[in-house]
Amino acid sequence: MSGFFKSSIGRKVAMALSAFFLMFFLLQHFAINSLSVFSADLFNEVSHFMGTNWLIQFVMQPILILGVVFHFVMGFILELKNKKANGVSYAKNNGAANSSWMSRNMIWSGVAILAFIILHFIDFWFPEINTKFIQGDWSGMHDGELRYFHELQHKFLSPIRVGAYVLAFIFLALHLLHGFTSAFQSMGATAGRKKTLQTIGKAYSIIIPFGFIIIAVYHHLNHH
Amino acid sequence: MNLTLKIWRQKDASSKGQMVDYKVTDISEHMSFLEMMDVLNEQLVNSGDEPVAFDHDCREGICGMCSMYINGEAHGPDRGVTTCQLHMRMFKDGDTITIEPFRAAAFPVIKDLVVDRMAFERIQQAGGYISVNTSGNTQDANALPISKHAADEAMDAATCIGCGACVASCKNSSAMLFVGAKVSQYALLPQGQVEAVDRVQNMVAQMDLEGFGNCTNTGACEIECPKGISLENIARMNRELMKASLK
Repeated sequence: MSGFFKSSIGRKVAMALSAFFLMFFLLQHFAINSLSVFSADLFNEVSHFMGTNWLIQFVMQPILILGVVFHFVMGFILELKNKKANGVSYAKNNGAANSSWMSRNMIWSGVAILAFIILHFIDFWFPEINTKFIQGDWSGMHDGELRYFHELQHKFLSPIRVGAYVLAFIFLALHLLHGFTSAFQSMGATAGRKKTLQTIGKAYSIIIPFGFIIIAVYHHLNHH
Repeated sequence: MNLTLKIWRQKDASSKGQMVDYKVTDISEHMSFLEMMDVLNEQLVNSGDEPVAFDHDCREGICGMCSMYINGEAHGPDRGVTTCQLHMRMFKDGDTITIEPFRAAAFPVIKDLVVDRMAFERIQQAGGYISVNTSGNTQDANALPISKHAADEAMDAATCIGCGACVASCKNSSAMLFVGAKVSQYALLPQGQVEAVDRVQNMVAQMDLEGFGNCTNTGACEIECPKGISLENIARMNRELMKASLK
């Protein structure tokens, strides 16, 4: 089996498996974030649970970080290998004649998402790690109430940050529009299921990123 | 038709090539692309110049020899055809046509538009066959019950002529459509089952060894394939390799 993951197809499968994990994570992240639009208290409760539950903090979070790092590192390694396989470039290449922009530019939409993740970590993850692991404050409280909803709204005060988030989610949508069905194809999905997968893929790739955009814009317009 | 041709000229494998401009006149729209190239070469020979080297053989779309990357696409802008089946009516009077060899590190240029596609042969030799005892008592293939659906799919995969348009069109220079087709044509039939595990493992290993890139499912290969080989063959090869790795 170790030989399998060293082969070109094995690497495709590994990319697809990490993509499935990241898409599942994105779905649950979206589900929790969307609570913030309907109920600040519920969002606070769920965020506190996610932020203090040992299984999520000490098992799921490291797996998630490994998944993200693996997907990016393997993506870059494969891109470099593919560039090497190209040899001399064409003087004229009409890529648009046979493939989508999204499929040809996964590396660039991926780089945009990586840049966003760095910003997102600076915004939310590093302060969270600082509060819990350096200051040792696991209460989740600030000024007598759970702090998560307030922190979320505070981050979306800046129109520049909201703009950056909107742009990043557009790139995420573009990445998913190819990546979703591509991951299934890499896993050997059969032609009979292709149409259903394409429909689900399109729905997922549009609804999730644009849902995140709506949440960011909503908090920018409705901060207290 | 009067045309300007921008053609890749390269003396030999070790030389550095370059694009060179040529003019051709009075080209009939009924000519095939290769006939147009013949007209150019006649012109070059008559003027004492070196003719453009290009691959061709059957000139009826079945041998897979003719290649060429024409105006940014393998076998040119038409669909489901090889370069010999591409007609000049696909172009307009006064057009400039860019003609390059198929590009991939695994397909090195030998001369002008001729590339070395022996990597495909080596992949075939690694497992693209079934071992049949031909000592005189060979079983008739028709004696084996095979479903119409499987037979049709296997035949579709077997129509791959190994021209290399999939590799040339792929932004990653991946050979997975070719290898997927060759794996599939046996994987779908009972005769291919005995060597199924070794076949897919050895062919994929040879494909990787030859330096082809990794498929990212852009689908360009399927669109540019003159024989319409489906991406489904790549998915089947992935399944076959996964199954083989678990055995």
